[in-house]
Parts: sequence; C-alpha cells; structure tokens
Amino acid sequence: MSEQPGGSKRDWPLWEVFVRARRGLAHQHVGSLHAPDAAMALRNARDVYTRRGEGVSIWVVPSAAIVASSPDEKDPFFDPAQDKVYRHPTFYHVPEGAKHL
Amino acid sequence: MSAAPNREALAAYALGLGDDALILAQRLGEWVSRAPQLEEDVALANIALDLLGQARTLLAYAGAVEGAGRDEDDLAYLRDDRDFRNVQLVEIQNGDFAVTIARQLVFSAYQYELYTALESSRDATLAGLAGKAVKEVAYHRDHATQWTLRLGDGTELSRARMQAGFDLVWPYTEELFDPVDPGADMRGVVVDPAPLRPAWSRYVISVLTEATLNVPELRWRSRGGRDGMHTEHLGHLLAEMQHLHRSHPGVTW
Repeated sequence: MSEQPGGSKRDWPLWEVFVRARRGLAHQHVGSLHAPDAAMALRNARDVYTRRGEGVSIWVVPSAAIVASSPDEKDPFFDPAQDKVYRHPTFYHVPEGAKHL
Repeated sequence: MSAAPNREALAAYALGLGDDALILAQRLGEWVSRAPQLEEDVALANIALDLLGQARTLLAYAGAVEGAGRDEDDLAYLRDDRDFRNVQLVEIQNGDFAVTIARQLVFSAYQYELYTALESSRDATLAGLAGKAVKEVAYHRDHATQWTLRLGDGTELSRARMQAGFDLVWPYTEELFDPVDPGADMRGVVVDPAPLRPAWSRYVISVLTEATLNVPELRWRSRGGRDGMHTEHLGHLLAEMQHLHRSHPGVTW
C-alpha cells in the first residue's frame, strides 16, 4: 500500500467482494471496491453490498491475488470439453422411485 | 415498584435523544456526494440513516407521550432552534473529514454507553429502541475508530488534521455527561449520563493513544443544548432541513 502524502484513489487497491446470502450457500462474487487495507475493505463491503440485509458472511480478496484464465486460452481451456458428451451422466436410467439422488 | 413516570419529563427526555440523532443524521447527510470515496459516501449515508431511524422512533414516542397531537414530522419540521434539545456537539459543522470522524467517534462512544444502559429501562419503548440501536452504534463507533487509527497513525498531514479534528470537538464532549436528575419517578426509566463517563473516556482515550494522538486539553466547554441554547450553526441546518416542509405544508412524494 502506498504511503505517499496526498494519496488519492489511485493509491487504494481494488478488492473483490464475495457474500454468502445465508447459511448453507456458497459465497458468491458480488462486485469490487477500493479500500486502503483489508479491514477497511471488509467494512466498505458491508456498507456497499449488504446494507439491505443481503448477507451473513463476507469475504474480501485483493483483486491482484486472483489468477484468471485468459481469453487467449479460451480454446485450449474450454473447447475440448464441448464434444465429450460421455462426461455427462446421461447414459443410464434413474430407477423409478429413487427420489433422493 | 416505582411510581409511573412523569409524562412531561419522559417526553422531554425522548425528545433530547431524538434531536441528537436527527441533527447528526442531517449533518452526516451533507457528506452525500462529497465524501472522499464512493465507498465512504455510502458508509456515512448508512450511519445517517441508522440515526434517522432512531430519531423517528424517539420523536414519535416523544409526541405520543406529550399527548398534544404532534407527530414526528411536526416535531422535526415545525420547531425553531430554541425548541431543539440536542447537545451542541451534533450541530457543529462537518469541517473536513477528520472533524467529522472525530465528532463521530466521541458521539458514537457516548451513544454506545447510553443505549447499553437504556436497554434496562423500565420503559418498554426506550428499552426496545436501545436494544436495536446499540448494534447500529457499535458499528458507527468501529467505523470512526478505524479511520481515527489510520489517519492519526498515518502521514504527517493526516495526523495533524486528525489531531485538529479532536481539538475542535473536544470542548463539546463535556456537555454529553451533564447530570440528568428528572426526579424519583423517572429512576430506572431514563439514564443519567454522568456515570457513563469513565467507560466513555477509557474507550476514546485508548483509541487516541493507539492512533498516536494527544488527548486535547479542555480550554472551554459548551453547555445548554438540552435547554435550547445552540450555536449559530443550528439555525442554518434547520433552514435547509425544514424549508420544504414549511413551504409546502404536508407535502408527500
């Protein structure tokens, strides 16, 4: 984090915000925000993303810490999965009466 | 059992706490669109809305107890400054961000102790309001604490401005703890703020110390807000807050 006097928004890192709507659900990405450090990022996330009661838990992650797949790698990454229908569990019949699969 | 509370004193007490919350909500609302960051804009507006919610409950209750047919809007919009019963701390101008944060820290720390004590009031409305509001205020206090620590223990410039903020608000803190003695029938109903002071001091001084700030010396002190004596700034605040309602009585949208 920058220590320059007269710091501006450009000095504040970006954080990704994940909110869990209620117990039992996974955290979902809801957006991003600027904050000077992790503790303030958590508070800002509370104010910006949960002020209408949207959540019971918040994660904040420095955006810089997220490693993302690149659009250039789209084909090698995802194309081979398109034609492998046998990877989908669609080749057997569900026995009648099996309710809790 | 204690006697039934004196209605006039109960209404006056609720009005004082309600006016504190209402006037500070209005002041904080002035930051909207002007805060240093979009995220902070939302944070200050949230705090203002929490306070406005407390004010609505307290003013509506003050009106009902008074029994003269005044509702929350009548009390908020149709009184002049001498009829407001807020402490002067909440009406002083926002100043820079550091002044606003200093004011919020000392006021939220006071409200936190006050509402914690008021949760055990014999009056169900006051106890209920306090039980809900104390959680809101705990967050307000934390928000102001976080900023005080970062600006106080920050750069040379941020530290100087944070110190100047506390120096400016400090003379208004004595008034928060002026003793209230509404009589025997009000014991256990209202909270005398005087005994809250040690806990308030402990909290505020620990934050100032951690933020490498000095506890300001008290050179003078404000007084009289609860008796309707106010700074020149309250009139301007009320002019802005009340003008729409007074120009168009009963207007809704």
